[in-house]
Amino acid sequence: MLKWLEKNLPKIVLAPSVGLISWFVYGFILWTFYISFTNSKILPKYELWGVGQYVKLWGTRKWLIAVDNLLIFTVLFLVICIVIGVVLAIFLDQKIRAEGVLRTIYLYPMALSFIVTGTAWKWILNPTLGIEKLFVDMGFENFTFDWLVNREMAIYTIVIAGVWQSSGFVMALFLAGLRSIEDEIVKAAKIDGASLFTVYWKILIPMMRPVFFTSFVILVHISIKSYDLIVALTQGGPGISTTMPALFMTQTAFHKSQVGLSAASAMMMFMAVAAVIIPYLYSELRRENVS
Amino acid sequence: MSASTNIQYQKLEKRSRITNLLLRWFLYFVLALFAFYFIFPMYVMLVTSFKTMDEIRQGNLLTLPGQLNIESWAVAWGGRGYGAGDTYLRPYFWNSIKMVVPATFFSTFIGALTGYVLTKWRFKGDSWVFLFLLFGCFIPYQAILLPMARTLGVLGISNSILGLVFVHSIYGIPFTTLFFRNYYVSIPNELIKAARIDGAGFFKIFFKILIPISAPIIVVTVIWQFTQIWNDFLFGATFSFGKAAPIQVALNNMVLSSTSVKEYNVDMASAIIAGFPTLIVYVLAGKYFIRGLTSGAVKG
Amino acid sequence: MVALSIKELSKNFGSTEVLKKINLDIEEGSFLVLLGPSGCGKSTLLNIIAGLESIDEGAVFIDDYDVSKVEPKDRNIAMVFQSYALYPSMTVRENIIFGLKQAKTPKDKIEKQLEKVSNFLKVDGLLKRKPSQLSGGQRQRVAMGRALVREPRIFLFDEPLSNLDAKLRVEMRHEIKKLYTSLDTTMVYVTHDQIEAMSLASKIAVMNEGIIQQLGDPQEIYDQPNSLFVADFIGSPSMNFINGVLNKNSQSIIFTPNNENNVKLDLSHYNFKSSIEEGLKVVLGLRPEYVSNMQNNDNRNLSKISLKPTIIETTGFDKNVTFDFANTEIIGRFTPNSGVELNKEIDVYFDLSQTSIFDHQTELRL
Repeated sequence: MLKWLEKNLPKIVLAPSVGLISWFVYGFILWTFYISFTNSKILPKYELWGVGQYVKLWGTRKWLIAVDNLLIFTVLFLVICIVIGVVLAIFLDQKIRAEGVLRTIYLYPMALSFIVTGTAWKWILNPTLGIEKLFVDMGFENFTFDWLVNREMAIYTIVIAGVWQSSGFVMALFLAGLRSIEDEIVKAAKIDGASLFTVYWKILIPMMRPVFFTSFVILVHISIKSYDLIVALTQGGPGISTTMPALFMTQTAFHKSQVGLSAASAMMMFMAVAAVIIPYLYSELRRENVS
Repeated sequence: MSASTNIQYQKLEKRSRITNLLLRWFLYFVLALFAFYFIFPMYVMLVTSFKTMDEIRQGNLLTLPGQLNIESWAVAWGGRGYGAGDTYLRPYFWNSIKMVVPATFFSTFIGALTGYVLTKWRFKGDSWVFLFLLFGCFIPYQAILLPMARTLGVLGISNSILGLVFVHSIYGIPFTTLFFRNYYVSIPNELIKAARIDGAGFFKIFFKILIPISAPIIVVTVIWQFTQIWNDFLFGATFSFGKAAPIQVALNNMVLSSTSVKEYNVDMASAIIAGFPTLIVYVLAGKYFIRGLTSGAVKG
Repeated sequence: MVALSIKELSKNFGSTEVLKKINLDIEEGSFLVLLGPSGCGKSTLLNIIAGLESIDEGAVFIDDYDVSKVEPKDRNIAMVFQSYALYPSMTVRENIIFGLKQAKTPKDKIEKQLEKVSNFLKVDGLLKRKPSQLSGGQRQRVAMGRALVREPRIFLFDEPLSNLDAKLRVEMRHEIKKLYTSLDTTMVYVTHDQIEAMSLASKIAVMNEGIIQQLGDPQEIYDQPNSLFVADFIGSPSMNFINGVLNKNSQSIIFTPNNENNVKLDLSHYNFKSSIEEGLKVVLGLRPEYVSNMQNNDNRNLSKISLKPTIIETTGFDKNVTFDFANTEIIGRFTPNSGVELNKEIDVYFDLSQTSIFDHQTELRL
């Protein structure tokens, strides 16, 4: 008996984590998946109802707005974060004197919660006392900046705050990537007569393909999960103009008592994330196995 | 060598010196511009928190306070002493501490053991187990909120700090496993083999050999977990309300409750208090913070 | 004419003096090897010649023009790196013509050069591949092609063979030698491997601790090393060193090894640079091939000593035999049929016409 215990000790030790994750991740997701096919309202019902919830979901205006916002936000968030991240990484790679200080400054927003970030930017973008007043005081008398309460523009305030929070992270990834390239390649390029711009554009950036990939995956992931930032900055408003899937899910479950519908929205979010993550994990693990 | 070639060399020298200088100035300018963009909110938060409401209404985002008015800080932290309806951060700050410390400890410990098994006691299919666990890092938590809410109710720990410790410990496991596994993978197996030949068993190897050399990754993991859990809002808002809420939830409630007049200075002071611990950790141990971000992400 | 000239060159990294007032002239068309142990400054010197590293003091002249402040791309040089440094995201073809494109060379010239070089180096079948799809030897050749295609005045090599396995190393060494003989361009080559240096160089600069210990052609450096360091660095197995004293009398100069007061070696034939003082402590250097069992040579200055072998290593061609002598170990090379056996005394002949004598304190050749 003791021998068997000793031999299988590693697997026994592994059992709790595997068990917990099986139940609380995979099991729970399956439960939510199941419920999305029922007509649950306040409490979960377990009779299958077919795809009614999904039909209802895609017919709900609020959900469609949420998805639309998600697309706009994701594209802008992704592109701007990567552009800023790459530019800052390249600039910092130039043997800057204050590099350590600058890196700290660009990255510290990541240490803050989205609630803190949202609260700060909510104040900065305050329609009367924030940016608008700043510019008016500086002499631009007719300057207005009411994006936060403007139905059309509010979504872009979320982009501004989100970019502020996350571009430092992209910069850190690219800087690490650039630094991992051995300098003989840059030396060879210099001898070949490449200008600094060409070295980055034609040689180093193409070598950063894996980092682009990783950044893309992580940023999309952050974007789909966006909840805290929206709650703090706009609460999904004005009206429902900045609502997002995560907000929709929570509201339908806990405020509208539409558990089945909420489950359907949660599964849509899950599938969106899976569509991006699964290929990524697959290619990463294959790369590791090959090397 | 002809004289004209000499002159060509000279011209090249001069031009590159000037363009280099200009480029350098441009570089610093852009970097400073971005530094301003990133520091601006922090500056505004600090400055606003020390102003009086009158100063806020009369001045603008950039103006400095006449004097350092700490009243809003006191209100943010300890409230006004009204009794009911008076929200302030102090109890929720401690709620968060009571939540973060055990949850970080449990998830880190389990992650270390799991990473240890997956790298040093390999078996067929262990890569799949790792992938299985890793997936937990990426799921949108919306997919588990409903069943978790019910489970916490069934277990009798809904709307409690214990419930939050439970939730954060579990969902921290995929991350902590990722960190430790990637770290232990690069520790030579010969170390373990030598210990086994010397007669050491499973746990002895873990505690006496691996843990002593795990300081770097423990720091990275603890910092990561601390930051993630302290900054969490979703779990806090979904699984608790009222007295058991963690600080981010309390902050959001304070800012949103527009009972009478909006007190922006109190809002800013509250935000800084809520963000202070993770910010301090970042400033002091930033190196490890970054290492956690990049290693966890770059290695997938 | 002098293709490359280094004058009073000094370079510091922080507080460390990496290069100390280096002076070096290289004739056009010669193959100069910078040889030395790690940290001696050879790579730094190469990088400075290339323009990749700045100069603290002194100057570099290419074809009589001071290029100290000129960019690498304008110096008419090309470089082959230890890790080959091929651009990973480009094909072999793009790698090779990259430099030409940067120089805005006209398309037809590019094609012509590419064809010439890829045929010459036999990489024409690889043009569409990426570096990750090439073997070590192929990458080496593409790296050389990239350098060759620009028709530089000076070729620089930074330990290009260190990453290859032994067999490939010999093969690629021959390719580099063939390249040199067919092109006749000036080449500067950095290595720590003295065999590479000896086989490739027309001139070797042996470096240590930031200075050039000796500059000369391979045979000269082998036969007449001017310091203990150079004598020890070149040659495998390395030179035997025996400590002792010099005594003068009216006719001759006698070397007495320490701890072997009976042994007296006559060094009267030796070409001392200046007069030596009586009782001077010296080091006698003698290469293993001159410590042997062979005695049938005229006009050689042989001394016979009886010694017991402690280690015998067979190389096939001969036997490397180790003896204890004068409180140190010396190695000799014996013919395979010498009948040498462990611990059995045998006559060992020292060919004193081939010795090098060094001052014990200054370590310089006397």
